[in-house]
Amino acid sequence: MNMRIFIPRDAAAVAVGADEIATAFEQVATKRGLPVEIIRTGSRGLCWLEPMVEVATPKGRVAYGPVSAEDVASVFGSMTSNGPHPLQLGVADEIPWLKRQTRLTFARCGVIDPRSHGDYRAHGGYKGLERALWLGSDAILTEVTASGLRGRGGAGFPTGIKWKTVAQAKADRKFIVCNADEGDSGTFADRMIMEGDPFLVIEGMTIAGITVGATKGYIYIRSEYPHAVEAMNAAIVAARRGGYLGDKIVGSTYSFDLEVRVGAGAYVCGEETSLLESLEGRRGLVRAKPPLPAHHGLFGKPTVINNVLSFAAIPFILAEGAKAYADFGMGRSRGTMPIQLAGNIRQGGLFETAFGVTLGELVDDIGGGTFTGRPVRAVQVGGPLGAYFPRALFDTPFDYEAFAAREGLIGHGGIVVFDDSVDMRRQARFAMEFCTIESCGKCTPCRIGSTRGVETIEKIINGERVSENLALVEDLCNTMKFGSLCALGGFTPYPVLSALKHFREDFVPAPTKLQAAE
Amino acid sequence: MTAVYEPSYEPWNETRGAEIIAEHAKQEGATLVILHALQEAFGYVPEAAIPMVAQALNLSRAEVHGVFTFYHDFRHKPAGRHVLKLCRAEACQAAGGDALAARAEAKLGVLLGNTTADDRVTLEPIYCLGLCATAPSAMLDGRLVGRLDEKRIDALVAEAQR
Repeated sequence: MNMRIFIPRDAAAVAVGADEIATAFEQVATKRGLPVEIIRTGSRGLCWLEPMVEVATPKGRVAYGPVSAEDVASVFGSMTSNGPHPLQLGVADEIPWLKRQTRLTFARCGVIDPRSHGDYRAHGGYKGLERALWLGSDAILTEVTASGLRGRGGAGFPTGIKWKTVAQAKADRKFIVCNADEGDSGTFADRMIMEGDPFLVIEGMTIAGITVGATKGYIYIRSEYPHAVEAMNAAIVAARRGGYLGDKIVGSTYSFDLEVRVGAGAYVCGEETSLLESLEGRRGLVRAKPPLPAHHGLFGKPTVINNVLSFAAIPFILAEGAKAYADFGMGRSRGTMPIQLAGNIRQGGLFETAFGVTLGELVDDIGGGTFTGRPVRAVQVGGPLGAYFPRALFDTPFDYEAFAAREGLIGHGGIVVFDDSVDMRRQARFAMEFCTIESCGKCTPCRIGSTRGVETIEKIINGERVSENLALVEDLCNTMKFGSLCALGGFTPYPVLSALKHFREDFVPAPTKLQAAE
Repeated sequence: MTAVYEPSYEPWNETRGAEIIAEHAKQEGATLVILHALQEAFGYVPEAAIPMVAQALNLSRAEVHGVFTFYHDFRHKPAGRHVLKLCRAEACQAAGGDALAARAEAKLGVLLGNTTADDRVTLEPIYCLGLCATAPSAMLDGRLVGRLDEKRIDALVAEAQR
């Protein structure tokens, strides 16, 4: 039998040399005359160990990483002789960082060949859809509602309620839209699941279609993710060929098909109404709500619009039952959250776990602190619109309400770690500047507020009337928070105000220290 | 090593432009799809194509112009021979991206958002490639590079200048 070697095709692995490694393994195998099958998988999410290469053995898949081109010959030698190697990590499933996780959504990511429809089915794929076809709309809605699933894109709205609204709406056409415009820095879970397990997203969207009576779905993927676009397109073709998309899916009475649409570099299109405008071929201007997309969505029709991770959570819920999902988590945050550890962090990557783990555990324990080895000073949770948390708040449990209570947000589950060299004035300025670049321009608080915000923070940086200008920034933030149409202007105050509140010393130079220095 | 990917574009040609527009015009909400297709063929969206798109989609020229200028991706003129995009978002900032961006700017003699005088390299900021756990990161003509340091950014700049 051929030796089977698994090498990720995930963009993060490719960015650190996975393609070159794959070629090198092929060459080494050819040179030694050994038949080798190389399977390109997604990533297991241990990004600091990428490229992480695995080989099938009788005791399971043994992993090596991070493998560089120079290591390939010796790693291959270790694989064939079953001998030790400094990069050997043991059986992949037994690696503590993986074993500590609860992988419901990412169970197959990094394991299967994302291009193989057969591999997906062999690993339990489509069980949820098959049960959904048998259950029918009302029973699916009951399951999704009982699971407690809340939209994983950031807003945390209960998915069951959203779907029910669309299911009950009367219309000649309805749509399912997958928001794959993951633009938050520090987040990459959507990208990873689309690249590593695209059929899961297709299955989740198909179940949504069956539930609400939609026959067409769109996946709106940001243009910064060309690998994800390619993976989703390939999977859609394969699913259609397998009879799982198109007319009368798997011989049922239901029809559902999907199309990928590519964004064009506008962050605001991650906001759902702006995304719908963009899908319709217009500028991504935010729509005022109501009407909600559930009533008046894409092309004016009732539309379910959910994030990639929300759709990706659905197959497990249908396959294993609502209770199996809801048993994980805390309070009103049920199930698991794929958390992304990023920035200046020793062990960065994707860590899926039940809600309730504390921020400190995530950063210090699971993430291992900074890779520069300097102390962690600030952690931004929830993307560019999320708050900066200091060490003093590291006891905050990962839970929608717990973060809200401390003026933060979970957003899409991204955590960006900064060491003590960070200048929080610059981070606050950047948050405002990002908003000026990305504002859709429709509402004044966001468009003009952010411009004035940049100017005022610059004055503070230059030491001009600091306390007066700090008060002005706070006032401006309030106007943006309560006066903006959408989360871009509405949430930009989170990073700014949290920087002011928790890292005040960066904004107001201590006079005594300055005098002492002179 | 991966072969250097050299983007090649056709010169603007009205007949070819009309073909591309007609190919996608039947899709619902096709504006972005068409603009992407035009840029893929010509390397930018030629001004002359705007009224053609408007006519095909039964929109006003102003509407199409509005869409074209709203999105960061669409180019008004051809880029340099190579496009080097540096991620400037928070995760890459936290990992030392600011200093590397400044280094690339100094080496190329242009600020982010500009093309070198010899038209060889366009240096652009990008806000998140989703490589936040292997930051800082960059993209050279569609090829991703993570865990950038001074050595790697220098190599990328040199490759782009070739």
